[in-house]
Amino acid sequence: MIRLEALRFGYIGGDDVLRLDEFVLGPGSNVLIVGPSGCGKTTLLHLIAGLLLPTSGSVVVDGQDLSALSARARDHFRGRHIGIVLQQFHLLPTLTAIQNLLVAQSIAGLPVDRTAAHAMLNALGVDERVDAYPHQLSVGQQQRVAIARALVNRPKLLLADEPTSNLDDEACVSVADLLLSATQRHAVSLVIATHDTRLKSKISRQLALPRRPAEPSA
Amino acid sequence: MSLLQLAWSYLRARPLGTLLNVLLLALGVGTIGFVLIVNGQIGDSLNRDAQGIDLVVGAKGSPIQLMLAGIFHLDVPTGNIPLKSAQELAKDPLIRRVIPLCLADSFRGFWIVGTSPDYIDLYHGAFAIGRAWNDRMQAVFGATVAAHTGLGVGDRFVGSHGLAEGGPVHGDSVYTVVGVLKPTGSVLDRLVLVNPESVWFVHEGNITDPEEKKVIEDERQVTVLLVQYATPLAAVSLPRKINSETNMQAASPAYETARLFRMIGVGADVIRAFGGVVLATAALSLFIALYHALNERAYDIAVLRTLGARPASIAVMLMLEALILAVLGGVLGLLLAHSLAAVLSWWMARQESLPINAWAVSSKELWLLVPSLLAATLAALLPSWRAAQANISATLARRA
Repeated sequence: MIRLEALRFGYIGGDDVLRLDEFVLGPGSNVLIVGPSGCGKTTLLHLIAGLLLPTSGSVVVDGQDLSALSARARDHFRGRHIGIVLQQFHLLPTLTAIQNLLVAQSIAGLPVDRTAAHAMLNALGVDERVDAYPHQLSVGQQQRVAIARALVNRPKLLLADEPTSNLDDEACVSVADLLLSATQRHAVSLVIATHDTRLKSKISRQLALPRRPAEPSA
Repeated sequence: MSLLQLAWSYLRARPLGTLLNVLLLALGVGTIGFVLIVNGQIGDSLNRDAQGIDLVVGAKGSPIQLMLAGIFHLDVPTGNIPLKSAQELAKDPLIRRVIPLCLADSFRGFWIVGTSPDYIDLYHGAFAIGRAWNDRMQAVFGATVAAHTGLGVGDRFVGSHGLAEGGPVHGDSVYTVVGVLKPTGSVLDRLVLVNPESVWFVHEGNITDPEEKKVIEDERQVTVLLVQYATPLAAVSLPRKINSETNMQAASPAYETARLFRMIGVGADVIRAFGGVVLATAALSLFIALYHALNERAYDIAVLRTLGARPASIAVMLMLEALILAVLGGVLGLLLAHSLAAVLSWWMARQESLPINAWAVSSKELWLLVPSLLAATLAALLPSWRAAQANISATLARRA
């Protein structure tokens, strides 16, 4: 599902922020990207998502070399094949729960399918609040809607950036279980970037990024 | 969930800001539109009244006053001219037709005009009821006069001297209404028409002594002559001839209306400029709102990008927000312009001044949406561009 080779990323005029010689993730499998903060976990996630391009090396997702795509095609590819869950589970505040899913369909260039969106919310147990706005939802419900949004276009890959960092133990377990069960049910590969050690009990495979030697002040 | 719906959801989420921007745009468009509508209506009205009249001849004085009094009946006349001079002029081969107007009295604020039936034909007047006069002291009412006074055929009234209501009344000379005209949209609607003999009779009284009668008849006067040329060539020589060789004054309605419009035009320009300033303010307010939204919504924009939105789509979304406001503001502005025109029309109708059709909508008015759309587009240009350029990875990382 993911193949990273001789990956280098750095900002112009600076040292490499990230170096990764090889990493392969098979379809339907999971991995934790771990390491101290500032080691480039989010950067790696953004490279896999095609939000950043590597200085050198290649990022291949589902057989597609992201560097080979035009910017427009890369955005399109991301919308179709990659689901992303952000740390704050950020929902668009002016849209209802179901509209947050519908907008994801529409932006990805897929037909707006209310039934599918409803089914996805149902699968995550928030189908009773489909017409509620984000501020009317509990934090737990917002997380579920955000995960449903990341999965509504049936991606083959789900990327999650620090999904549990601000959560207590109970919520952490619940979010991790949600992510795992949802991705397993739809045979989706799951990549979680985290420094949360609590997740290590849930996902065994880990990609540890080393601390950067010369780190620009962040 | 199209970009349009997304844009609309953001507008709906901050109703006060949206309302402010729509109102500012509406005020700008409304002000400019108001000037346009009123200018157009007054222009139409004046052109309608001046149609078929090549030259106005009257006593010496201000040519604009002569035209205002002689054609539009919006001012007092410059004076009177001897009937003899008028009859002399009518013989000129360059002139096809002369319509005399004798102005002296009024009835409830409407001029009583002593004239010939040609005057009714000039404005294509038709009788709603009754007929034209065939003797003195018979009157025909314009449509507005009939509506305002409530009088109809068979009713009797007396004129008062001058235009002011409650002036000295000619109590012993009673007119009888013999006809009422259909509305023409012209000055005819606001006049009481009689024959010149009636006006002379009211002021001379019933004179029986033939000697005295002869003297008085020699001194008869008319106020204004409306002249139609026999040939376009008349325009070259006739006005100059009248102005230099007689005691009368000739004014060209086309020239004098243009001059008048240039004078009113300054006022219209000032109002229009005010509208432009309001519109510029609206653009600035919209720019600030959108620019502010950029920072406020940086993370939302980043989320949309993670969902696969292209930078151009983000730019389009912001642009659409501005354009929705522009259309709403533009339409509301047109409504405002017509409402203001309606208020003015009501006020002018009370003054028995020019009629304004405030709700006449022309397709040209759609051009008024252009300044509104232009203002919105300009305001959205930079924010849209910046939104498209935003570094998504950095925005997401900052929050994480």
